[in-house]
This record gives sequence, C-alpha cells and structure tokens, in this order.
Amino acid sequence: MPEASSTKLASTADFDRRDLDWYIDKVVQLIVFFAGISAIIFIIGIFIFITMEGLGFLFEDFTFKEFFLSPFWEPSDEDAPEYGILALIAGTASVTGLAMIVAIPFSLGAAIYIGEFATGKVRETLKVLVELLAAIPSVVWGFIGLSIMNPLIIDLFDVPVGLNVLNAGIILGLMAAPIMTSIAEDALKAVPDRYREAAEALGATRWQVIFKTVLPAAKNGLLGAVLLGVGRGFGETMAVLMATGHAVNIPGSLFDPVRALTATIAAELGETAVGSPHYQALFTIGIFLFIITFLINLTADLIVRGIRKG
Amino acid sequence: MFAESDLNARNKRVQGLFRMLFLMMTVLLIVPVAIILFTLVSKGGSVISIDFLFTNPTDGMTAGGIFPALLGTVWIVAVALLASVPLGVAAAIYLNEYAGDNWFTRLIQLAIINLAGVPSIVHALFGVGAFVIFFGFGTSILAASLTLAIMTLPIVIVSTRESLRAVPQAFREACWNMGATRWQTIRRIVLPNAISGILTGVILEVSRTAGETAPIMFTGAAFFLPFLPQGVFDQTMAMSLHLFVVATQVPGVPEELPFGVALVLIAMVLIMNSISIAFRMYLRGKKKW
Amino acid sequence: MVNPNTNLNVEAEQVPVAEEAPVKLEINDLTIKYGQHTALKGVNLEIREHEVFGIIGPANAGKTSFLKSINRMDTFDSNMSVEGQIKFNGLDVQNLNNIYALRSRIGVVFPLPVGLPLTIYENVALSPRLRGINSKSELDIIVERCLTRAALWDEVKDRLNSLGSLLSGGQQQRLTIARALSQDPDLLMLDEFSIAVDPVTTMRIEDVLKELKKDMTIILVTNLVQQARRLADRTAFFLENECVEVGNTEDLFTGEVKDQRTRDYVEGKFG
Repeated sequence: MPEASSTKLASTADFDRRDLDWYIDKVVQLIVFFAGISAIIFIIGIFIFITMEGLGFLFEDFTFKEFFLSPFWEPSDEDAPEYGILALIAGTASVTGLAMIVAIPFSLGAAIYIGEFATGKVRETLKVLVELLAAIPSVVWGFIGLSIMNPLIIDLFDVPVGLNVLNAGIILGLMAAPIMTSIAEDALKAVPDRYREAAEALGATRWQVIFKTVLPAAKNGLLGAVLLGVGRGFGETMAVLMATGHAVNIPGSLFDPVRALTATIAAELGETAVGSPHYQALFTIGIFLFIITFLINLTADLIVRGIRKG
Repeated sequence: MFAESDLNARNKRVQGLFRMLFLMMTVLLIVPVAIILFTLVSKGGSVISIDFLFTNPTDGMTAGGIFPALLGTVWIVAVALLASVPLGVAAAIYLNEYAGDNWFTRLIQLAIINLAGVPSIVHALFGVGAFVIFFGFGTSILAASLTLAIMTLPIVIVSTRESLRAVPQAFREACWNMGATRWQTIRRIVLPNAISGILTGVILEVSRTAGETAPIMFTGAAFFLPFLPQGVFDQTMAMSLHLFVVATQVPGVPEELPFGVALVLIAMVLIMNSISIAFRMYLRGKKKW
Repeated sequence: MVNPNTNLNVEAEQVPVAEEAPVKLEINDLTIKYGQHTALKGVNLEIREHEVFGIIGPANAGKTSFLKSINRMDTFDSNMSVEGQIKFNGLDVQNLNNIYALRSRIGVVFPLPVGLPLTIYENVALSPRLRGINSKSELDIIVERCLTRAALWDEVKDRLNSLGSLLSGGQQQRLTIARALSQDPDLLMLDEFSIAVDPVTTMRIEDVLKELKKDMTIILVTNLVQQARRLADRTAFFLENECVEVGNTEDLFTGEVKDQRTRDYVEGKFG
C-alpha cells in the first residue's frame, strides 16, 4: 500500500499523542454530563426557589394546625387573615377522587381492548386517537367545562349552577384517561406472550387468559398507571380553576362548588404583593403540592420498576 | 361430549360479551371528545377567518382577531425550544451513550420523572421565584419560555433517548473498534440515525408548550397588550391565556368568540401532534438496517 | 492449502518461522475477568510482524476477550478488567495517552458482519475521514483500493451510494474487511469471520488474507481448525480460559504437540 504510507503516522511514539479529537471528546463528555444532571439541578432548584419564597410565611404566620385543619382560606381579611387549606385539600381530593372513579374503569377497559382484543388498523387508529386526546391543552378542557358541561349539568340535574365537583371531576377524568390508558396498555404489553400462550394451551378462553393471567401479571404496572393519573389530577390547574366553581367549600354533594389547591395559586398569585404573607402562603401551598406529587411519582416509579425487575 | 360443547358455546358467548364491554368503554372514552370537538367546530367555526387570525383584538377584547396572541405563542414556543432542545438532547446523549447502569443514573431518571410530574402551577411558582425575581428577567417572554422549557424538558429527553436506543449497539462498537472517539461515533453514526425520532419528540414538545397556560400566567404572558413583543424581555399575549381571559375575565364577550379561540388553539395542538404521529409512522416504514 | 513457509519448518520446533521478524505484540501474563468470572488467565505469547497468527478453541474459551483486550475495548465495558501486560510495537497498551489512535491502527472484523447505516462509499471512507482525510480524490482512491482488496469492488462499484447496511451477509462481511483495511492497519484481527458467510465467500476472503499478510500482521480467531491450518503460520490453542499451547501450525496438525488436549481438539474429538 505505497500511497497510503503518507497517512500512516511516522513513528510508534508519535501515534500515542493526544490529538484535537481526543480533547473534543473529553469536552463533549463534560458538556453532556452537565446536561444529564440538569434534571436533578432543576428539581432541587424548584424546591429551593419555592421554599425561599414561602419561607417567611413558614416561620411567621404558619401554624400546622391552622394551615392543615382550618377550613377557612381568608388571606385577604385585613383584621384576621386565616390560612387554612383544609377546604382546598377537600376540593382537590373530591375532584380528583371523582375523576379517578370516571377514568379508572374506562382507561383500564380501553387499555384491555386496545392491548388484548384490537388488531391491525383498528388498534393503530385507537392508539392514535388516545394520543391525540392526551394532547388537548388543559385550558381547552377548562373551557369545555365552562361552556359545554356547565349548561348540560344545569339542564340535566335542574341545579342553578353547573360548575361543581361533578363538572370538574368528569373533565379531569376525561383528561387523565388517555394518559392512564397508554401507560396501562404498556403494562399489558410488558406481559410476555408466553404467559398467554401457556394459558391458551391449557384451554383457557381469551377473557379467562386476560383475567386470570394477564391482569395479575400486569397489576403493578396498572397500579402505576392509576397513581400517575392521580398525580395528574392532583396537579391539574386550569381545568379545575375554570370548572369547579372556585368557591372555598368542603363539598357535601356532587353539585357543590369547590376550590382546588392549584387553582387557588393560579387565581390569587397575580393579585398579591411580592413578599406579602398571602404571597408567601401561596408558595407554601406550592411546597405542599411539590412534596405530594413527588411522593406520588416516586411511589409509581418504584412500583413500575418493581415489575421490570421481576 | 355435549356438556363440553355447551361449555364451549357458553365460553364463546361470555367472551363476546366481554369483548363488547371493553369496546364500549373504549368508544365511551372517545365519543365525548368527538362530541366536544364537534361542538367547538359548530359554535366557533363561524368566527374563524383570515381576518380573525391576523388582526388585533378590539373593543376590550370583545371583538376583532387574535393576532398578538398567536404571534406571542410562536415567540414563547420558539424561545422555549431554543433552550430545551439542545439541553434535552445532550441530557439524553449522556443517559444513553455515557451513563452506566447505576444509582446515579437512576437518580437522574427519577428527577426527570418528577420534572414531568410536578404540577404546572408549581413550575409557575418556580418561574416567578427564579426567573422573574432572582435572575431579574421580570415578567417576560424569556422568563415564561425558560419556565416552559424546564417543564417540557422530560419530553425531549425521553423521546430522544428512545430514538438513540433504537440505533443498534453493533454500529457503535464497529465505530469504536475503528478508533472513533465516543463523540465521533455519536456525531457520525448515532445522531444521523436518530435525528428523525428526535424531531418527532420536538414536534410533540411544541404542541405541549403551545397549550400550557399556568406556567406563563405570572412569568410573561399578559391579558392584553396594545403592542407586539419586540424582544425576549417584553411581555406578550399568548393563545392559551387568551382563551382563559376571553372565557372568564372579560364581560360582554359574544358567545362564539371564545369558541373560535379554543378552536384555533386545539387545531394548532392537534395538527402538531398529527404531524408528529404521521412522521413516526413514516419512519417506522423506512428501514435502514 | 498449506503455506510453503510453514512446510519448510515442520521439523524445526525450536526455531519458529519468523524468529527474525520483529515482535508486533507481546503478551505477558494476561488475565481477563468479567466481574468475578475469569474469561482468560495467565496467557504469555508473542506475535510477530507479517505473521498470520491463528487462535483455535471451543466457544467461551476466551478468544474474543483476548482480542478485546488488545485494542482496549475493555474501556467500553465497565465489567471487564484486564491484568498483565500487552505491548503493541513495544508500547504498553494499558498506559497509552490516546487509545483511539491505538484502535485506529488495528482493524477488527466481527463474527457477524456490521455494515454501518451509511452508503457503501462512506462505510469505507469513514476511517480516513476520522483521520482527517477529506479530499474527494484521495478518498476515491482509498475506497476503490480497499473494496478491491476485499474482493467486493466488482459487485458494488455501480452502487456505491446505496446503504452498506442493506447488503447481503457475505457482502457486508467483505465490506467490514474493506472498512478495516481503510484504517491502513498494522494489525488485522478477525474473529470467526466465516460464521455468517457462505463457503464460497469464505474461500474468497481467505485468499484475500493471504495477500494482506504481506502488508500487515493478522490474528485469526477461528472455530474452523482447518481454516487455521490453511492460513496460519503459528497457532495458539485456547481451552477453558487458558492458552494451552502455542506452536507452528503444521506441528499442531501433525501431532507434534506438548499437550494431549490439543491433539484431541485438532482431531475433532471434542469442540
């Protein structure tokens, strides 16, 4: 190979030299490492910044008893402001709870149909539809609650106002269902085909295979899907702001208006002075939301990871 | 014999019944949305026109078009992408090409999952505390976009990582054996073969970013502005917030106006998503190895 | 097909073929582990310039790990640890400043062919490009020469712009060889290259290797003992994570062995 020898490095000692590409590789490695840990930095950053803004309240006006056990959220009362989030928690919980009652059966049913029954084109189409459903922005869902569900509920149930637990619960359920469906379908897909084949070889019918073999095998993944749905409902802001009626209230029926934790921040942050107790109290709600969703996501992740290992 | 075929027939019936039941559930999940979309189109369709898209709102936002909001959303999305795409792609490269399977990597993954799971209003609080106040960007496109960039970072990371993972390991090893550095291998073999998958994720992120409201309410989006933004330190109107405003905050808005705004917003988002899905299907059909 | 060189030296066990040739690769007490599992232990051998060095032995004997330790692929496998000394051109490969430069001088051909998802042309031009050669005319020459030497040029010269990853298995294996040659390597390592290749292609590649020997040192790991006999000047027999024996290839096949196991393996009694 005579003409190639020009490209061949002259001596053995020479080839061991670090060249530009060697240094570029090191630099890139450093850059992508910092990008990689950015997610950790951001999560810590979120916690630090919202804690910093809420700290004043935590040290001065905050009492555990009032904050978590008082149903009165009256931060703008000039004489005796009260910062109780019990009613807000009740609002969030009631709406999320109803949403799960709506979403769990439908999303699991849809996941089973898409994952176990549907084939070919039908299956592809349904998956695309579910994905598109998940893409509808929450403010649009809120608007739907406000302008379509509201009159519908007034008509159907003969109540004066249709912005209440029922409205927000259904809206939130419809919002959470597509995400839960696709995660649940992933969980079903993760069950190896040999389980199904083994059960079918024993003469089990399709639905027996699903109920006795597939669902038990996928139960952790399905639980993870439900938990992520709960986290989603818990953290949803615009839709619950627009569809709940936004009244501080511990609900006694489906037709009571309520107010959610997230919606309270969204509605009031713009009207408070930076650094005021009210402003800081809203950030304290933010800390609470952050911790709760963190725990929900952590649990869901541990559960889902559990099946992958098993 | 007879008993067994009876049992078979019964099993068949039960199976058919269950199949129907699950089909019904799937349909019931989709039908309300179809009805809703139909209502949006029938009530808001009459509002939509070229004028509506390209003129300013008038009469205290009770008439006129949505141009400043549309343009503002483009601004916000563009700046958010400029921040999140390079960062997210680099993070995914780290996770897929460099990181080992250890506790540290799992910690990063947990952080990513949580970043996606933290409520959008908490991201908004972070945006206010960090970008608006601490870094002194004020309420501006920059603050809003950075807030959204962090919030949607997991979308880019996860979709990029998936497309990197789809490139067979044998290609990397072949390159390494030839003396290519990790970066040369990534740049010449891995990224070119993952780029279309990454693009799919980016389109998805655009759609998500365009629809978000809570994170931009206090960081950069304004209810109404008489002028268009000139740079990233200006405030701007945005489609999502505009829908919230005309639907809840402005008295005397004609009934069909918010439907029109909602229709434009949902069309933007669904078109983006459809492009992303179509792109993905096209790629699946195209084999390179 | 027996190499005439080896024939002359059949009797001279103490004086191996290329005694005068300089040492290309010197292995001292090499031990390779994956976690707790030992893949290879206590290997000592020398490979000389312009020699075809065969390595035979059953599966999982440590042959592939041996190759990986030479071009330092252990850096990509956190589980793999290498002890002992490997000297390439007199340099200790464990203590190099730039292992990428080391790898660029060692061509590797895998058991399963890997056509990169680039055009056929770019598959072969990749290594020169990595070395900084970007001129079209220079690349054209290299691509044609390497494809010709790998006995693939005639089949692909009219479709250099189609994807290398979509060629047939036999063609991809020759493309892999062409790519290895484009590195202009000092050392070519082939790891059971004929596993996924039809017999005709195997014979063509073997002829290619006989030619290449003039320009480089070749390590040929093979699961076919007769292939080692056809090509290798000297051969090592690896068994159960040890190097049982190293000797002139012809000696191993004519029964001049130190270890009974070598004879049994060569005669096909196990493996």
